[in-house]
Amino acid sequence: MQVFLKVWRQADAKSEGQFVTYTVENVTEDMSFFEMLDMLNNQLVLKGKEPIAFDHDCREGICGTCGLFINGRAHGPLRGITTCQLHMRSFDDGANIVVEPWRAEAFPVIKDLIVDRTAFDRIISAGGYISVNTGGVPDANTIPVPKPKADEAFDAATCIGCGACVATCKNSSAMLFVAAKVSHLALLPQGQVERKQRALNLVAAMDMEGFGACTNTGACEIECPKEISIVHIARLNREFLKASLL
Amino acid sequence: MNWFFRFMNSSVGKKIIMATTGLLLCSFLIIHLFGNLFLYGGPELFNTYVERLASIKPLIRVIEVILALIFLFHIINSLWLTLSNRKANPVKYEVNRAQDNSSFFSRYMGITGSIVFIFLAVHLSTFWYRFQIDHDGGQFYRIVTGDAVGFNNPYITGLYILAMILLGFHLRHGFQSAFQTFGLRYNKYGKLIEAIAVLFWFAIPLGFVLIPIYFGLLKGGF
Ligand code: HEM
Ligand code: SF4
Ligand code: FES
Repeated sequence: MQVFLKVWRQADAKSEGQFVTYTVENVTEDMSFFEMLDMLNNQLVLKGKEPIAFDHDCREGICGTCGLFINGRAHGPLRGITTCQLHMRSFDDGANIVVEPWRAEAFPVIKDLIVDRTAFDRIISAGGYISVNTGGVPDANTIPVPKPKADEAFDAATCIGCGACVATCKNSSAMLFVAAKVSHLALLPQGQVERKQRALNLVAAMDMEGFGACTNTGACEIECPKEISIVHIARLNREFLKASLL
Repeated sequence: MNWFFRFMNSSVGKKIIMATTGLLLCSFLIIHLFGNLFLYGGPELFNTYVERLASIKPLIRVIEVILALIFLFHIINSLWLTLSNRKANPVKYEVNRAQDNSSFFSRYMGITGSIVFIFLAVHLSTFWYRFQIDHDGGQFYRIVTGDAVGFNNPYITGLYILAMILLGFHLRHGFQSAFQTFGLRYNKYGKLIEAIAVLFWFAIPLGFVLIPIYFGLLKGGF
């Protein structure tokens, strides 16, 4: 099959970017979206042109490195997958495909389709962890966790930090990402000691990075490749309220 | 008090102000609609009802000031929210299929709210002003149904109908959103909240919209 791409190209963070169109031929349905881009990049290199820069690492939906805005949707048209899990069989022969980087003030474009997501790292370092003094490994079953809570905490813990929630949000809010972290640790016994401080610090760090405020549109949970629910945002709001007022 | 200002200045704190003022405004809607129902009882009943309210003027004034403050907080805060969110997202996508992941109502809160605000300005400068200041010799029913600022004026009727439909849109998202903001949406009361939400986004705006429809379109006969 053949597809017509319209791709955002930008030399570096300081340059103005623009869309460039490409026709990609000999695409097969079994190719992943990235394999199609790899093929195009090979052709560009052979012609002595600069290949399209895009982020990727594991290419199996677990690392959270990839992320493209494809035809108006974060990670493309399907639900519950990352960009690296998208295949060309999801597009028609002759399809027009618009490929854009994540857009948010807090995620500046570095080059082409790559954005700087270190804002997420700074949020996590503000308290998205538990402090453990290393010592002997504790016995596995000494801390009991009820199964439903363990499951819910695990759902939140599946966040891979891809940033699709921010990219799709009309307010560029990072609430789903922050909520996943706060909720995950608030549900577990290990998270209790730093529970209050974590909620306060993570929200403060999020605001400082220039993410917007949540208006509960719910777009994030639809586009999240790990299908993390906005139930966790409700819990974050509760945690933050309690930590602030009590 | 440091903690208080930090709370109020945070993004989540601002959302809590939005939700609190929004729900307080919702409770005002119930009281207002209840009063409006006296219109259906005819001129005498309605005029007597308004006179009764006038006899407790000091109390009414206090409530009006509180209500004005709630509106002010809601509107100023919504401006802050809308502008700072726009700043957080300055570059728009070339293609954005937002309709695939969020409701129309949730994406246009600022616009539906602003049209409700225009309506409020007209409403206060006509009905409220005449009821309070001009008084028109106690002929309140005539103010509401007459052709100066009342429902015999097609522009007034049209604006009221439009504004109430948009208020319904505003609350279609706003009511349940407020509970999400308080962290109370997903629990054993979830179904109850959804049921009450229908009252606020559908039944109450419908109650309001029937008044210009009945007195303007059906009875006014223009
Ligand atoms: C009778 C009038 C009104 C009522 C009953 C009302 C009610 C509400 C409620 C319940 C919310 C939800 C709070 C939340 O999301 O947590 C809300 C949000 C909001 N309102 Fe209003 N409102 C009214 C008038 C206005 C006006 C006049 C404006 C603007 C000029 C406005 C703008 C907004 C905005 C921007 C939001 C936030 C949207 C969001 O978070 O998604 N509202 N309102
Ligand atoms: S919450 Fe979902 S969309 Fe947001 S960063 Fe985590 S995995 Fe990605
Ligand atoms: S490359 Fe690792 S999740 Fe896509």
